[in-house]
Amino acid sequence: MSILSKLNKAFDHRVRLGIMSVLMVNEYADFRTLKDLLEVTDGNLASHIKALEKVDYIKVEKQFIARKPNTQYSATKLGQEAFKKHIDALEHLINKH
Amino acid sequence: MESKDYLKDLSEIKDIMHKSTRFMSLSGLSGILAGIFSLIGAWRVHDIIYATETPSKDAYKSIVIYELEMLQIVAIAIIVIILSMLAGIYFSWRKARKHNEKLWDAASKRLLINFLIPLVTGGFFILFLIEKEIYAFVAPLTLVFYGLACVNASKYTLGYTRYLGITMIIIGLLSVYYLGYGLYFWAFGFGVCHIVYGLLMYFKFDKS
Repeated sequence: MSILSKLNKAFDHRVRLGIMSVLMVNEYADFRTLKDLLEVTDGNLASHIKALEKVDYIKVEKQFIARKPNTQYSATKLGQEAFKKHIDALEHLINKH
Repeated sequence: MESKDYLKDLSEIKDIMHKSTRFMSLSGLSGILAGIFSLIGAWRVHDIIYATETPSKDAYKSIVIYELEMLQIVAIAIIVIILSMLAGIYFSWRKARKHNEKLWDAASKRLLINFLIPLVTGGFFILFLIEKEIYAFVAPLTLVFYGLACVNASKYTLGYTRYLGITMIIIGLLSVYYLGYGLYFWAFGFGVCHIVYGLLMYFKFDKS
């Protein structure tokens, strides 16, 4: 139970894991990039982004590129640490079996 | 959840990290155009070098290239490089715009830097050879260094760049062995191979 409790509830979905994976290795990513990489619908992605934003794991920055609105997402320090811990817990679990 | 799912999670994470750090907008069309420019350039250079001589296995030992001819050849080379780069930038920009991506981002920066390290090394190497009037190795070395640059850059993009690079390296090595026919190997590598790989990439990745 102690190991299982280390698995982060915020990452309890493959889309959220995916968003964090992209933002761990890229400084920024915009909505379209995330959507294409994770192959999900707009609504689906938006709700998972909101969930991660709510726990302060990702940061949202709105800007304009060529007069078109563009939203950039990046991982916060808190999010990066939580994600690393989550991966460690996953690896630990796999090795146990 | 079972451990099988955790394993799937981890491999999916790895996959996404891998895919998301690569520059996706390299266009096959720029390869095709670079190949065409190279063939035209090679044909012009051929007329300059072999206006009075015929290509043979040993000609490179005795061939005389005058300063004016060398300047013309260098000028042709520079024009081919600039046109190919412009084509590369234009078509990547077009593809990036279509996919709503930025042309100049972390992925394309990484791609460019890792492409340029072997390429600029080779560029200086070859310029110093030209300055010492050692011409026979110029064509083979451009192929080898360009191939190495492609292999190095391929880690940061998708597509066939890695195979193009390996092909170039092999053609470059062959042209050292068959020294004296460098221009033909050069035309085959930079011309024909660019066009073939460009077409392959265009139909696999661009057409949608």
